[in-house]
Formats: sequence, structure tokens, C-alpha cells
Amino acid sequence: MEFALSILPSVLMDGIVLGFMYALIALGYTMVYGVLEFINFAHSEIFVIGAFVGVEILLGLQTSGSLAALHPAFVLFVILVAGMLCSGLIAMGLERVAYRPLRSAPRLVPLISAIGASFFLQDFIRFVESLWRNTFYLSYPSLDLLETSLKFGTAVEVPIKSLLVIATALLMLFFLYFFVNRTKLGIAIRSVAQDPATASLMGIPVNRMIALTFFVGGAMGGAAGILFGLQYSLVNPYSGFFPGLKAFTAAVLGGIGNIPGAVLGGIVLGLLEAFAASYLSILTDGAFGAEYKDLFAFAVLILILIFRPKGLMGERVREEGA
Amino acid sequence: MKALAAGLGLIAYIGCSSFFVYYHPQSVLAFLLFEASLLLIYYAALPQKAKLFLSSLVLIFLMPVLGVSNGYYLEVAIQVGIYVALALGLNIVVGLAGLLNLGFVAFFAIGAYLWAIFGSPQANQFIAGNFFPLSPWWFFVFLVLSIFAGAFTGALLGLPVLRLRGDYLAIVTLGFGEVIRSLVNNLDKPINLTNGPRGISPIEKPPLFFQPVLQFFGFESAAASLYPLYFYFLVLFLVVVIILVTRRLNDSSIGRAWKAIREDEIAAAAMGVPVVRMKLLAFAVGASFAAAVGVLFAAKQVYINPESFTFMESIGVLAMVILGGMGSIPGAILGASVVTIVNLQLLKGLSLWLNSLRQSGIVLSLPLLGSFDLSQIPAQFEPAKYERMVFGLILILMMIFRPQGILPPRQNSERSNGAA
Repeated sequence: MEFALSILPSVLMDGIVLGFMYALIALGYTMVYGVLEFINFAHSEIFVIGAFVGVEILLGLQTSGSLAALHPAFVLFVILVAGMLCSGLIAMGLERVAYRPLRSAPRLVPLISAIGASFFLQDFIRFVESLWRNTFYLSYPSLDLLETSLKFGTAVEVPIKSLLVIATALLMLFFLYFFVNRTKLGIAIRSVAQDPATASLMGIPVNRMIALTFFVGGAMGGAAGILFGLQYSLVNPYSGFFPGLKAFTAAVLGGIGNIPGAVLGGIVLGLLEAFAASYLSILTDGAFGAEYKDLFAFAVLILILIFRPKGLMGERVREEGA
Repeated sequence: MKALAAGLGLIAYIGCSSFFVYYHPQSVLAFLLFEASLLLIYYAALPQKAKLFLSSLVLIFLMPVLGVSNGYYLEVAIQVGIYVALALGLNIVVGLAGLLNLGFVAFFAIGAYLWAIFGSPQANQFIAGNFFPLSPWWFFVFLVLSIFAGAFTGALLGLPVLRLRGDYLAIVTLGFGEVIRSLVNNLDKPINLTNGPRGISPIEKPPLFFQPVLQFFGFESAAASLYPLYFYFLVLFLVVVIILVTRRLNDSSIGRAWKAIREDEIAAAAMGVPVVRMKLLAFAVGASFAAAVGVLFAAKQVYINPESFTFMESIGVLAMVILGGMGSIPGAILGASVVTIVNLQLLKGLSLWLNSLRQSGIVLSLPLLGSFDLSQIPAQFEPAKYERMVFGLILILMMIFRPQGILPPRQNSERSNGAA
């Protein structure tokens, strides 16, 4: 019991970090779903692309020897911007190539196309990396600044890495909230989400707004990918699958189509998973351990879909479209 | 007259292609041409009986003969058969009832582990007494048991999720597939049910009950050379049974109910189709096919581990169904054959070709690009590993350019939009 209590602060911290990461990814799912009512299955690969752009820039700087010379904050800023841009642009391109031609098709058709895109992108990343580096398992070089931790009192120790994840995520969320609610473009996106036909009659370029939604959602996913890489260090082309699925669960948990809901869902799910990872084996005397933490996300997903399909904060569930 | 000419032409084609395969045992092309003969038979303007005769000639006689001359082809044929059976199972759920199931491989895993656990010493871990492995005869009992186990788990999954809308259903079934894989991967403690990631082996093969008969007729053959042929015929038998069941279901009121649900659930319910019961039935039937094939797969492989039952396999089977045409039996067969052969032969062939290029030490000098030493091709660049890319491309391209598949179901061919 004492042990269980003593690890509580770090478990909470892990949960919150994980939760913000899920929240950032979930935004991509929820925004696209809000506009198109469509699960962008390939979003998990958009996330991985962000992680790979980050690691490639860091490794490039490291081999050229300038990684130590540059200020870490500047390096972080550069990889975040580059990762977000790449992920956003690829998400936009994907929409143009694989989803837009199918917009009027029955609803399972674009979903199948998205699954195909997800698989294609996984192996495409592998293809590029194995030609370029002869390996596709990469690890982020460590930045000295991130390896230290802040101490609060005697017991609580917070790694700078975790703070960085939380701070970046909060910043992104703030900007996104501002963008969606206070800018003209944000209002245009919301109007398309409400009613594409009427929005189009009001002179809103619907296609461009949908592309913009994919860009913004993709950029958030790319940022999450970089934070994921900085936090857990190892990335491979297939590492997006579980975070993607869990972030989708988070989006559904919070109420899909709902931006604050995605954040809430992400944090709830992150905490749940951190608690399961640490306490499951204590509670069951070692019979079931951390390896079952992935199951929690699925259990939550199934339960929420059965008992409260509109999610914790969802109020708007459109009737099934044709 | 026309039928006669078609028949003679076909026989000539089959003869030529089988000679080609026999004398060029290394040639992928020859084998593909040989396989294409089945497709030609399907399309030929011949009476039903003649088609049946020709295809059984190819499948029951020529294929085993060629397979004995080159065991690799028999292995490919068995794999194709396994995937054909899986694709036919998924075809019922996705193609006929219109329910996108992304965790289909879970039922395959349930069947495979059912026989693996009891057909190997594994079950001794949690059942006292040294009863296991069960004798090979139990294989057939488990084949039947697995049908019920699959139907039961299929219905069990279906009950809570069938109220969900199409795309949510897809994600939940995906989750279910991952749950099963994760359970299989982790249930080596507290009780060792599945032996975890280490997998289970050796798994008993079915009994060679016909060996004495063969001996009586003077065929002396070792078990090792008999098993591939045996499995080939078992798979063939299973596929034929599945095809017959699917056809009967398709033409019955159940099949019409499934198609009605696929086209418009609300209208179907209004016309008195018991929607929930029919959806459950679709899940159960598809799952029972997959579970039965799973038993066969476990017996053939001798060793199984959770790696064979990943999400990628589910999507692979989905790609087969979609390539062939959702709701179409010949489509599912064609899709499964093409995808399996591309994965097994084309990708591997590319890998071998790259390897030989690497060892040849040739230096290419390209205009503008400079020279490139072929031995510098990165070793991690293995075309054989790019199954996901194949599946992904199939799914995207088919959805954009031909959502109804290569061989769409006949009665629906006049509809402009055959998908989902």
C-alpha cells in the first residue's frame, strides 16, 4: 500500500502526459469527423510522419555536428514547425487523392480507402527509411536540456520532458481554440461542419475548408508525433497504430466532433491507462500486469459506444447520412 | 458448336499450361497461367456440367500431380485455399450483410488455438493428468467443434455491437480483434493457456487413415510426402463445402434478408426482416468458416504463435474480398488467389531478384545521375516485406476506380453502385 501511494505522483504525471498526447492526436480525428462524418483511419500515420520528420532533422543535425552548438529551444521549435508542416501537408494531399473522389460514395467506402491509405503510408515510410538509412527503427538523439528534471519538495520530481509535452500541448490547444472560435477561417470550418450545402450557398469554399481542416488536424497530429518521439525516443513506421486507436477512443469518449471533448477524453484515457499500467499488477497480486493496459482503451471504447454513443461532452449527433 | 469449340480450346489451354508448369518448375509465370485456367473455365460459354468436370479435372487431378513434381506449388495452393476460405467467410459478413468487420482474423485465431491447445501437450499445463495431445482422430471432432465455437464467439461479439452504425462497428470489431490477439499473447499467466508469444508446438496432424488402403494397392509412400497432398485435399474439401453453403445461403431467404439489410437497413426492418437476428447470423456464419479454417491451419503449421493473427491479416482478407468484389463468391476466390500469389510469389521473387543484383556487383552508370553500385542496395530494403503496401494500394485503388470489384455479383451487375 505504501508503495502504491509513493508512486502515485509519477503515475498521475505519466497519465497526464499521455493524455495530452492522445488529446493532440484525437483533435485530428474529431475535426475531420466533425466536418465529413468520416473516420480518418490514416491519421495515425500522419502522426508517425511527424515523429519521423523530427528524428530525421535531429539525426541530420547530429551528424553535421551542429546539434550541440544550437540552442535546444531553437532546435525544438524548428522540428515542431517542420513536423507540423509536413504532417499537415501530407494529410491535405491524402484528402485530395484518396478521400475527395469518394465523398459522395456510401459511407464505408471512404473508410476502406482510409484503411488502405494507412497501410500504404506505413510501408511507404518503411520504404523511404530503409532506402535512406538501411533501417526503419530510429531513436531520437537525447537533448541534454530534456534529460533533467525539476524537484518539488522531496518526493515529487517532474522531468522537463513531461513539462515540455504538457506546455506544448496546452499552447497548441489554446491556438486551436482561438482559431476555430475567433477567426473567420474557423467560423467557416464550423459552418461547413454544420451544413455543407448551406455553407456553400453562403459563399464558403467548402472544398478548401475541408482541406484546411485536414491540414490543421494533421499538423496537430504531427506535433503529437514529435512529442511522442521526444518522450519515448523509439519510433518505427508501425508505432502509430496503438496511439492512433487510443486517440480515436479518446475522441469518441469525449464526444466525436467536439474539440474540448477530445481533450477531456484524451486525459481521461491517458490517466486510466497509466493507472492500469502501474496498479493492475498490484491489485491482482501479479496475475495480470501492465501488458493488459492496451485492453482498457478497447473496453472503454466498446462500453462508451454501447451506453453513451454521443460521448461525455457530445450533444450533437447527426442522423445517419445517406 | 460454340460450346464444343470453347471446350476444346480450354482443354488445349489447360494441357499446354500444365506442361509448361511441369517442364519449367521454377517459373512463376507458368504457374500463374495454369491458375488462370480456372478463371477461363468460369467464364467459358459451356454447360454447367462441363465446367464442373473441367475444374475438378484441374483441381483434383492436375494440381496434385504438378504439386508432387514441385512441392512448392502445393504449398502455394494450400495457402491460397486457406485464404479463399477466409475470404469467403468475410464475404458473408462484409459482402452480403454489409457489416465491415475489421477483426475477422480473431475467429481464425480462435479455431487455430482451439486445436493447438488440445492437439498438443499444451493442455497438460492446466488440465491434470497426462491426456494431451489428443489422438489425431480428434482433429475431425475439433473441426466440427470449431464451427460451433466460431459461431458462438461471432454471435457474442455481434450482440453488443450490432446496434452501432457502420463505421463505429468497424472500429469496435478492430478492437475485438486486438483484444483476442492480446489475450492470446498474454494468457501464459496466471494459468498457461496459450503459452504467450512463444507459441504452441508441436500440434498434431490429422490421421493418415487412408495409408493402409494405399498400401493395399501397392503405393508405398512416406508420411512426409503424403501430408502436403492430404492437406491440399482437406483444404479443397473445406473450400468446396464453404462454397456450397454460401451459395445455398445466398439464394435463400436469409441471403435476400442480408442483402436487404446491406442496401437499406431501415427499409429492410420495415419490410419485416428480423434485422438483429440476421446480422447475428451473418457474424456467426462468417466466424464459423474462419474458425474451421483455423483448425486446419494449426494442424498444417504444426507451430502457431500470435504473430499469425495480427490486424494486418484481417485487412489482407478484406483486401481480397474487395479486390474480387464484395458479395461475389467467384470474386472472393479470385481476390484471395491473386493477393496470396502476389504476396507469396511476386514479392518474394522481387526480393530474390534484388539479392541476385546485389551479388552481381554490377555498377550502373546512369546518364545525369552518375554511377550506382548495385551491391549498395540497402539490405533492409526487402520487397517481400511490403505486404501492407500491396493491401493498402488494393484498397485505395479499388475504392476509387472500381468499388464493385473485379467480378461483381451477377444479380447486382446492373446496379451502378455495388459497394457497401
